[in-house]
Amino acid sequence: MMSEADNLRLTGSLLYLDGVSVSFDGYKALRGLSLAVEPGEMRAIIGPNGAGKTTMMDVVTGKTRPDAGDVYFEGRYDLTKLDEAEIAELGVGRKFQKPTVFENHTVADNVLLAARAPRSVYATLFGGAAEKERETIERILTTIRLGDQRRRLAGSLSHGQKQWLEIGMLLAQDPKLLLVDEPVAGMTDAETAATVELLREIARDHSVVVVEHDMAFVRELGVKVTVLHEGAVIAEGSLDQVSADERVIEVYLGR
Amino acid sequence: MTALLSRLDRLGLAFLAATLICAILVPLLALAVPRGSAFAIPPYVVALLGKYMCYAILALALDLVWGYCGILSLGHGAFFALGGYAMGMYLMRQIGARGVYANPLLPDFMVFLNWKELPLAWWGFHSFAYAGLMAMLVPGLLAFAFGWFAFRSRVTGVYLSIITQALTYALKLAFFRNDFGFGGNNGLTDFKDILGFNVQSDATRAALFSISALTLALCFLLAKAIVGSKYGKALIAVRDAESRVRFLGYRVENYKLLVFVVSAVIAGVAGALYVPQVGIINPSEFDPANSIEAVIWVAVGGRGTLVGAALGAIVVNFAKTYFTGAFPEYWLFALGGLFVLVTLFLPKGLLGLVRARAARKPAAASAPAAAPAPAPAESA
Repeated sequence: MMSEADNLRLTGSLLYLDGVSVSFDGYKALRGLSLAVEPGEMRAIIGPNGAGKTTMMDVVTGKTRPDAGDVYFEGRYDLTKLDEAEIAELGVGRKFQKPTVFENHTVADNVLLAARAPRSVYATLFGGAAEKERETIERILTTIRLGDQRRRLAGSLSHGQKQWLEIGMLLAQDPKLLLVDEPVAGMTDAETAATVELLREIARDHSVVVVEHDMAFVRELGVKVTVLHEGAVIAEGSLDQVSADERVIEVYLGR
Repeated sequence: MTALLSRLDRLGLAFLAATLICAILVPLLALAVPRGSAFAIPPYVVALLGKYMCYAILALALDLVWGYCGILSLGHGAFFALGGYAMGMYLMRQIGARGVYANPLLPDFMVFLNWKELPLAWWGFHSFAYAGLMAMLVPGLLAFAFGWFAFRSRVTGVYLSIITQALTYALKLAFFRNDFGFGGNNGLTDFKDILGFNVQSDATRAALFSISALTLALCFLLAKAIVGSKYGKALIAVRDAESRVRFLGYRVENYKLLVFVVSAVIAGVAGALYVPQVGIINPSEFDPANSIEAVIWVAVGGRGTLVGAALGAIVVNFAKTYFTGAFPEYWLFALGGLFVLVTLFLPKGLLGLVRARAARKPAAASAPAAAPAPAPAESA
């Protein structure tokens, strides 16, 4: 499918998907999806319901195994052969659509569990929280503006605060690639604006893939956009470019 | 140790102190106070209290997996019974030539079945240390093998509960068979002595009670150390949002496996302490209903609290002793009713009720501090 030149360019990609197909009981969620994200890039992925956005994230994070196609991270790691924990260890972080924080833990403990540190049973059973970890936690609590809420149970936070805490957990995990699923769903306008700012800040030293429905939010981000439809890419480029694309208008924006 | 003690909350310290006081006081009142005195504890009560202690240890073990990691094991009685059998085998071999058939090597039931030599599984059980080791090793290994497959294939929730139930039922059927080699239907009983002391004597009973209470205290400290570590925090996270923990890079199956094995070992120890105090172990200990009863103790006491689980075991069994004496026909109804009531009205168990009461007063005083803070976007 790919031309010679494309292949050469793609070897440097942080995330590289080629011809990925997934079907569930005959329903084709992804049909030959190809996508490349460069190191340091922030990318928005849009598409109507059922376009395969969440399935794509499931494939990248190891939750779903593709029926066909290649998924490479840093041009070296074949993500189709690794499980969730291994992929997370490589440096792929994921934020879920619904905020999933550990409700029975304090805000600080949520960040502690996410913070980059050895994940083995032995390390967590016998090693206390290192000084470096504590500093990381402090820094992140300040960034997500929950410093004065550290002792509160995460379950008692507001919806917006939970979203922020989850983003903070991803920062603590310090992944090379961050997958963010509908970060502003259910947020107020003010919260959305603050989230845009936060994501921009994160994108300075991380690669970020944002899946979003909200076109205003995508415009706000001002990054390269990939449009999915029925499990495949139909357009790619700036938001203005893809907005002008006939097929995009037909399947998505026109409705 | 001191670091751990300093981390215990008031409730934990009170529980620890109460357990240690019981360990000293009960033998004193049973042995040193003259019979007939109002403070004297009759020997049958000592045995009963010892039994409660063993149940409390089992409840603690169950709370560790269910309350902290969300693994609802409906087969923990199997680990308890296996520990019990290990101790029972030691006690059987201590009988020696004093059995009915006076065979110095073979227990009575083997002579009765016309066996000529001691089966391999019984080798080494003349040694107390070996039996004690087996009481921990066998439940631990079974839990390891079971957990290895179950957690790796991501069997969770009700499906896991059902296979733990099947596990204990399968063991029950196996132990029922005479040719399985563990006394079949009748199990192991008629014990004479333990480490040279008569199992039936008041002093031995009192000592066994003390040891059970001390073991409860030790297991409590161990469990506290586990749940207080970062590993314990990860366990709670697994209980509440398993896939999220996976995406953070934790190997959830290993986390579950360790706590499941530790819990099974603790349950095995409880069973090993239980058998010399009740004087018998038979396949009915593997009955699924026993394991379910243990779940009820934990639910009644308050899961995810350790102290609550242990207290729940003691309270429910005390009620059971009373009910089965006073209204024998109604006990099962009372137990069922209790479970329904607790599930509906006390999701956090008796301990949750006590805590809610205790929290109400100080909470009223510091209400402004507890009020929800503004959302980050507003404060920004």
